[in-house]
Amino acid sequence: MTTTDITPVDFDEAIDRYDPVLGIEVHVELGTATKMFDGAPNIFAAEPNTAITPTSLGLPGSLPVVNGKAVEYAIRIGLALNCSIAETCRFARKQYFYPDLTKNFQTSQYDEPIAFDGWVDVELEDGEIVRVEIERAHMEEDAGKNTHVGGATGRIHGATHSQVDYNRAGVPLVEIVTKPIPDTKGRAPEVAAAYVRTLRDIFRALDVSEARMERGNVRADVNVSLRTDPSAPLGTRTETKNVNSFRSIERTVRFEISRQAGLLDAGEQIVQETRHFHEDTGGTSSGRPKSDAEDYRYFPEPDLVPVAPSRAWVEEIRAALPELPAARRRRLLGEWGFSDLEMRDVINAGALDLIEQTVAAGASAQSARKWWMGELARVAKDREVEIEALSITPAQVAELQGLVDGKKINDKIAKQVLGKVLDGAGDPAAIVEAEGLAVVSDDSVLTSAVDQAIADNPDVVAKIQGGKVQAIGALIGPIMKATRGQADAGRVREIIMDKLGVS
Amino acid sequence: MLSPDIIRRSAAAQAAALHAGETSSEELTRAHLDRIAAVDDDLNAFLHVSEEEALTAARDVDARRAAGEELHALAGVPIAVKDVVVTKGQPTTAGSKILEGWVPPYDATLVEKLRAAGLPILGKTNMDEFAMGSSTETSAYGPTRNPWDPDRIPGGSGGGSAAAVGAYEAPLAIGTDTGGSIRQPGAVTGTVGVKPTYGSVSRYGLIAMASSLDQAGPVTRTVEDSALLHELIAGHDARDSTSLPDPVGAYAEAARRRDVKGLRIGVIEELEGEGFAPEVRARFTESLDQLERAGAEIVRVSCPNFEYALGAYYLIMPSEASSNLAKFDGMRFGLRVIPEDHPTAENVMKATRGAGFGDEVKRRILLGTYALSAGYYDAYYGSAQKVRTLVQRDFAAAFEQVDVLASPTAPTVAFRLGEKIDDPTAMYMNDIATIPANLAGTPGISLPSGLAEDGLPAGIQFLAPARADERLYQVGGALEALLEDAWGGPLLAKAPELAGGAAR
Amino acid sequence: MPSIGRDDVARLADLARIQLTEEEIARFAGEFDSIMDAVASVSEVASEDVPATSHPISMTNVFREDVVTETLTQEEALAGAPDAQDGRFAVPQILGEE
Repeated sequence: MTTTDITPVDFDEAIDRYDPVLGIEVHVELGTATKMFDGAPNIFAAEPNTAITPTSLGLPGSLPVVNGKAVEYAIRIGLALNCSIAETCRFARKQYFYPDLTKNFQTSQYDEPIAFDGWVDVELEDGEIVRVEIERAHMEEDAGKNTHVGGATGRIHGATHSQVDYNRAGVPLVEIVTKPIPDTKGRAPEVAAAYVRTLRDIFRALDVSEARMERGNVRADVNVSLRTDPSAPLGTRTETKNVNSFRSIERTVRFEISRQAGLLDAGEQIVQETRHFHEDTGGTSSGRPKSDAEDYRYFPEPDLVPVAPSRAWVEEIRAALPELPAARRRRLLGEWGFSDLEMRDVINAGALDLIEQTVAAGASAQSARKWWMGELARVAKDREVEIEALSITPAQVAELQGLVDGKKINDKIAKQVLGKVLDGAGDPAAIVEAEGLAVVSDDSVLTSAVDQAIADNPDVVAKIQGGKVQAIGALIGPIMKATRGQADAGRVREIIMDKLGVS
Repeated sequence: MLSPDIIRRSAAAQAAALHAGETSSEELTRAHLDRIAAVDDDLNAFLHVSEEEALTAARDVDARRAAGEELHALAGVPIAVKDVVVTKGQPTTAGSKILEGWVPPYDATLVEKLRAAGLPILGKTNMDEFAMGSSTETSAYGPTRNPWDPDRIPGGSGGGSAAAVGAYEAPLAIGTDTGGSIRQPGAVTGTVGVKPTYGSVSRYGLIAMASSLDQAGPVTRTVEDSALLHELIAGHDARDSTSLPDPVGAYAEAARRRDVKGLRIGVIEELEGEGFAPEVRARFTESLDQLERAGAEIVRVSCPNFEYALGAYYLIMPSEASSNLAKFDGMRFGLRVIPEDHPTAENVMKATRGAGFGDEVKRRILLGTYALSAGYYDAYYGSAQKVRTLVQRDFAAAFEQVDVLASPTAPTVAFRLGEKIDDPTAMYMNDIATIPANLAGTPGISLPSGLAEDGLPAGIQFLAPARADERLYQVGGALEALLEDAWGGPLLAKAPELAGGAAR
Repeated sequence: MPSIGRDDVARLADLARIQLTEEEIARFAGEFDSIMDAVASVSEVASEDVPATSHPISMTNVFREDVVTETLTQEEALAGAPDAQDGRFAVPQILGEE
């Protein structure tokens, strides 16, 4: 029997029998204007092999020079994660051959990271706080991008050759490594995702990265090991590489716990290896075993000099740190007057920034929440995307709400307009204008519609005049239909009551 | 009419002739191109000659001069550049098959400076492959021969630059010195070479061998010419993290001072012993006698840790080189060799590197890979970096007693082609006197001390504290004048005429 | 220090991605012990209390402004490439994932 034949254990059973320990490495691409070691622009989309200098292409003779802004960003991250900032630290060369690596070594930090020994509090969906200890945060450079050609799926297997674009080569990264995260039990998948989400929010608050998961700005390597009980030594871990969404992180942890439990139940050993997560199946598969004794031959990068951030500089950066997400949430909760539950839902939906920006653009907090947590959350769910990935801006939502508040459109039309904005038709006011969706409040138009309705429904008219004022609704329906929903319902009501002489 | 001997003049004298209107840069450049055409088939000092580009640059300088433009002192004087320095639009191979035909899309900083100052670049000079060697025999394009004797090596790795200058193919050349590759070729060809303080000249655009040791510098026939060229190529470069922020010193002024009264010169006891050939030692001693008579004070100093310098060097250099040379893999530039079986990226890299690198490069990459590999780092690379500290301390202690240090540059005169190529350990011994300066980052100069064994030139080396390069030019300029007075002219005048030599 | 045999040379060559012939492996294996013997003396004096020097001239905090500089064009980048396609470097089949 081979290990691949072993059936994964049901997750809850696995948790009953084993104690999972997590370890997470998060890479964040810094949003500097230029790369880590050269002046090539740090941009996401460009023609291949244009955002490069001799240095980012690793041409013979080229040399690196550290981007001071990237160091500042790394220190910001370190401070936000309650780390100590090194008095002096160095870059080192991590040596291995791979076509996306222009020099066949990655310039990274090895035994002297810029930040170390920190922690961050992670809030779970139900409000429970888990403190995650940070081992280190270090600076390094990203690699180029391989496109595999000739295989049926564009994947590496079956490809006949690859094409390499080095635009991403040399983009500054900070890698944040946790200490082993114990005691998460059945919440391990949730803790893993919440931790990465917490970091993502911190990166954005610090303004060090756009931190867009879908662009690979933030990537997580997820380590999972099992042990029989919390007092036992750590088990052998697997490392699932480049898991790029919160949902995938949860699924990875869940799958690995089940898979490893299956192996352990069958008396098998866990192989220390790199694994890959597959979005389609929700499972992981074996990558490269670490058994070929990767010998990275680290040594101090002789083309760079040590980085020794002065204490004055560190304190200056600390003093200028922006409000961090946890503090901001507490503040906004007070400002907006949401209930704890409402606030947690907003945070869990990833809508906090969106609502804040919508409020900043002029909408009330409750109306902003109503849009993002209602209609837009529903659309995001239907389309299986993160809510922030919807093609509508907070300013557009605020504009839409402004139209409602100004009685330009009613709620029903507003939903139609929202759909059009999401489909790329433009800004709400322009759509309303172009498509003639504005509320009809022209009395001459409304009056003739009312007259028609009164003439068509003598029995209803009789009821109203007999004192059943709530029967007015039966007249408003046909009027709204006649005006394609655009009639100002309030004004229609007034006109009817006026005509029928009731009040 | 251009005097045929103009190419034998110093660069400073050629510059003066240009300034005086005695000749034009185009004429001067053409004269050197003619000389190259006449003698280089035999010498093989050049890997590439860029005739058209050099003449275009020369004509441009002539036009600017005619227009009354303010020009650099060396404007219009042609120069040869070691092929380890990248030149936009001109092939750059570093003497290796793996870079055959590669044309860099950018200029090294020092090349930008040469171009901006209006020095026509004659071409690229031969060298040991990736500057790994002391004889220019490891070049993939055949050895360069010594102008004094075609059966002898011109030193290395910069044998091409030294031979080109020594054979009047160029008045000036650029070299690079990682363990002696400027100074040792200077010694065995009767020319002058300077390794500046580490960081004095930008390394941007130098194909790296050992990043913490490499330094570019001038290769010339006179001390003053070296000083002038050093002043031109030195200076802070924001593209090189290890570039010194210091202002450039007044080197030429120091070279012309010719005054050593009260200068304290330390003879390094560890570098004058039995490993040095008798006549090389004799010329060294005579040179010191001249300086003493001129008022210098000669002191003996001990640098006990120099004994370990060669070992430290042959750990640090291969370690850094093994890493620096990893980029030559057949993926982005240069040679790609596709094996018949399983032509995967990994196998193509292996085949390319197997076919593209010569023996010495492979040897050093393997040694460096070994020294950095898990379990050996502390014993080898780590220990070597500590020896580096000890060597620096020896220098610091010595420079408390003296202003400059002196030793013979190389243990022997030029040996015969093939004599040591199969004995790496013997070959490595050539660098025994030059290596300490690279480990410590201190500057050094080599200039001719006279003719030694077999009537071949020997060199004397002076070393100064880091950032005190002026002292080298001061003592070098003074000794050169004293010796030339004694010899009745430059040592190179004693070199045999080369077959096909147009000038006399 | 341990002796460097043929297997060691073959392993190093693999790590350094250099294809060697059997003859080369044998020759390098024959040389390396004497070379390493010659350099091993460094450990005699490299005691605990001696700090390591990685740069000849000590400097710290050499930083670049975060300002875009001149870049290569795609044509310049690919001009020296052994093979190129669609504006990208074409490289042989890559086996195994990262």
